[in-house]
Amino acid sequence: MTHPTLKIKPSEITPRDIYRSRREFMQLAVGLGAAALWPETLSAAEKLAAAKSTNLAGKEEPTPYDKVTQYNNFYEFGTGKEDPAANAGSLKTRPWTIAVEGEVRKPVTFDIDQIVKMAPLEERIYRLRCVEAWSMVVPWIGFPLAELIKRVEPTGKAKFVEFVSLHDPEQMPGQRSPVLNWPYREGLRLDEAMHPLTLLTVGLYGEVLPKQNGAPVRIVIPWKYGFKSAKSIAKIRFVETQPVSSWTEAGPNEYGFYSNVNPAVDHPRWSQAKERRIGEFFKRPTLPFNGYADQVAHLYAGMDLKKYF
Amino acid sequence: MATKTSKDKPLSRLKSGVFLLASLPLLNLIVNACLDQLGANPIEKITRGTGYWTLTLLLITLTATPLRLLCKWNWPIRIRRMLGLFAFFYGSLHFLTYLVLDQFFDWSAIAADILKRPYITVGFPSFALMIPLALTSTDTMIKRLGGKRWRWLHRLVYLSAIGGVVHYAWLVKKDLTNPMIFGALLTMLFGIRLAYRFIGSTKPALTTDKQKNRSPDEASRNPG
Repeated sequence: MTHPTLKIKPSEITPRDIYRSRREFMQLAVGLGAAALWPETLSAAEKLAAAKSTNLAGKEEPTPYDKVTQYNNFYEFGTGKEDPAANAGSLKTRPWTIAVEGEVRKPVTFDIDQIVKMAPLEERIYRLRCVEAWSMVVPWIGFPLAELIKRVEPTGKAKFVEFVSLHDPEQMPGQRSPVLNWPYREGLRLDEAMHPLTLLTVGLYGEVLPKQNGAPVRIVIPWKYGFKSAKSIAKIRFVETQPVSSWTEAGPNEYGFYSNVNPAVDHPRWSQAKERRIGEFFKRPTLPFNGYADQVAHLYAGMDLKKYF
Repeated sequence: MATKTSKDKPLSRLKSGVFLLASLPLLNLIVNACLDQLGANPIEKITRGTGYWTLTLLLITLTATPLRLLCKWNWPIRIRRMLGLFAFFYGSLHFLTYLVLDQFFDWSAIAADILKRPYITVGFPSFALMIPLALTSTDTMIKRLGGKRWRWLHRLVYLSAIGGVVHYAWLVKKDLTNPMIFGALLTMLFGIRLAYRFIGSTKPALTTDKQKNRSPDEASRNPG
């Protein structure tokens, strides 16, 4: 299998000192704001250093920290946008293990601290497009999922990767309601999972991933609708047949396995042609593959994207 | 018109109280907007808030008749017009939020929404049906139309309420809890009306002394 390297122009890479100072300013601003309101949560945010930062959101500025961390879809903590920030405190992110199993030569259970040290951490500033037609720009911290996949050596039978999130109604109060069939499951084709844009994510905004954003470890697939990017992952399974995602199970006509961002294919109940970037008044046109077509369109060459939505 | 007598004082107090209460959701939105407390997606919050209160006030309006049937209370009928007009007011805000803040007069997108998005296909006429009801809510219009025709026309409110609940159910991604609650309440309200009609029990008449002093609200005491 061949994988194209990321097409990142040198001009797109923000020099370290600039993004550092920008971030320090943001952190100061956010910190002062947060300190005024919730002094105890501020100290909880643990810093996470990244070796380099790449803006893959067309040089757009990230959405402010408070919006990224207070407007979330994470049904394990409630279906309201503000529920995860309010309820995720009950999640215990240490100790945490991820079991990697299925069609691999080296099945293994990683400790979260092994994951964080597995490969050099980098910052990736990605667009995030929700299936509900809003979007953000988020500075994630992590490394390509491919790094983990290489270490476990998938067998020839491994065609898909399934991600299973934590299932524990004690820690995740939203799971006490059957709004989805728990645990949350998502899946990718192996080549999608191996793509260099697919990020195994452990942080954002220069700090350890906040609980409401999918701590301690999640994936981020920037060219797909947000729900494809499973949060609080407990298990990664390599399988031969296409797994069924929780959302596909909940609405097979509305949430397909691929769920690539596509302005030409509407959700059956609403349009996907435009989106509202959080913090902006006017809607903007949605880009095919969320603006990552150059990097990922070849994965779907010859496929009818209306059929494989 | 009933003259202002000491007897009307409790009613006017009740009306002032209801007016204030029904204004609170709007006040709450305005205060939060001024304090920048509408969250990360203010337009969504305003849309949801005004929609929620339209439906809530519509349902409260529709409890007036069941309360008269069940409890023999007449006072809810006397504030029903105000409640209905508040429902229309929040419905207008909801529609204007969609038109101006959400779509910003993108007429082609709006037309496409009305034709293609079932929840808007249902929501738009549900709002539009409230316009003739608001326009004919004055005493003059009641007189001009005559009680029978006026009552017939104002039965359209049932369609608005049903459409509103369906609109809500069709727009949520997955969590149907709130639409189901509205749906259950509406079914209950219709059930009470139907039960009374089915049993054939006579509508409890308003007491005679009140009939002598019919207030404009009582004149419009139907649709039953």
